Amino acid sequence: MTPDIGLAHFLAVSAILFTIGVFGIFVNRRNIIIILMSVELILLAVNINFVAFSSYLHNVQGQVMAMFVLTVAAAEAAVGLAILVTFFRNRGDIAVDDASMMKG
Amino acid sequence: MSLMAIAFYLMAACTCVSGLLVVTARNPVHSVLFLILSFFSAAGLFVLLGAEFLAMLLIVVYVGAVAVLFLFVVMMLDVDFNKLRKGFATYLPLGGALAIVILLELIFVNIAVANKGAAAGNLPHYSAAKSNIRMIGEQLYTTYAYLFEMAGFVLLVAMIGAIVLTLRHRTYVKRQDIHAQVTRRRKDAVAVVPAKSGEGIQE
Repeated sequence: MTPDIGLAHFLAVSAILFTIGVFGIFVNRRNIIIILMSVELILLAVNINFVAFSSYLHNVQGQVMAMFVLTVAAAEAAVGLAILVTFFRNRGDIAVDDASMMKG
Repeated sequence: MSLMAIAFYLMAACTCVSGLLVVTARNPVHSVLFLILSFFSAAGLFVLLGAEFLAMLLIVVYVGAVAVLFLFVVMMLDVDFNKLRKGFATYLPLGGALAIVILLELIFVNIAVANKGAAAGNLPHYSAAKSNIRMIGEQLYTTYAYLFEMAGFVLLVAMIGAIVLTLRHRTYVKRQDIHAQVTRRRKDAVAVVPAKSGEGIQE
């Protein structure tokens, strides 16, 4: 690759994606499906960071870590969506701001 | 501008714009589709970085499994999604301000790390001697063997958890009960009743 695309470029993409994820959680506070998708975006940003550093440091361990992040993200999506389906079945709605059944 | 730079800017713009559309789209189905586009572009970025195996894994795991799962759930739930967007405008200024602050901080740190850090001046690694998947495998099955097993266990627990959470026993649905079928004996089902001529038999 030519030096005009460096590590900083990839890190900038990762930073933008991370920020979009945080922004999505903020503005879609009632819609838990979009919140879960925002979490996936954040984890994707983390993965881009891992892979970029792995590539530029010539060390493959970052890619192994990115695989573990991918595993956890898949597990999290599965369990989160299962909870969402159960919640919808019990309440008939998925508005999370009145999900205060479990308050102590 | 080199071909690599064109590819990078194309895919980076695609990733970021579709990421933004994920969180701002009115219809959640469109959100999921933009999420898929974002993952595809990110896989392209991984290929540019020389991580071909992770790029393929991203498409298989995220697009093939996670995004389809999202799509199923979004289409299955019968929810008025416009009602859920009610707070969007009120949280927009605070969220936007916070996002700008986080983005600036991250970019400043990134520039400093990229220019002064351990990777400064390096070129991305494309090894000619070993393929990417071979290098990952050599690390994964030796140094990270236990963590690899734990990752499999995490997936197993997630699978069992998702099944347990969504399984429900509906009493009005008739199901096959194999135990009851197999343990049923002749005396439970059939009886010889002497019947008088000209009369029926009582139950």
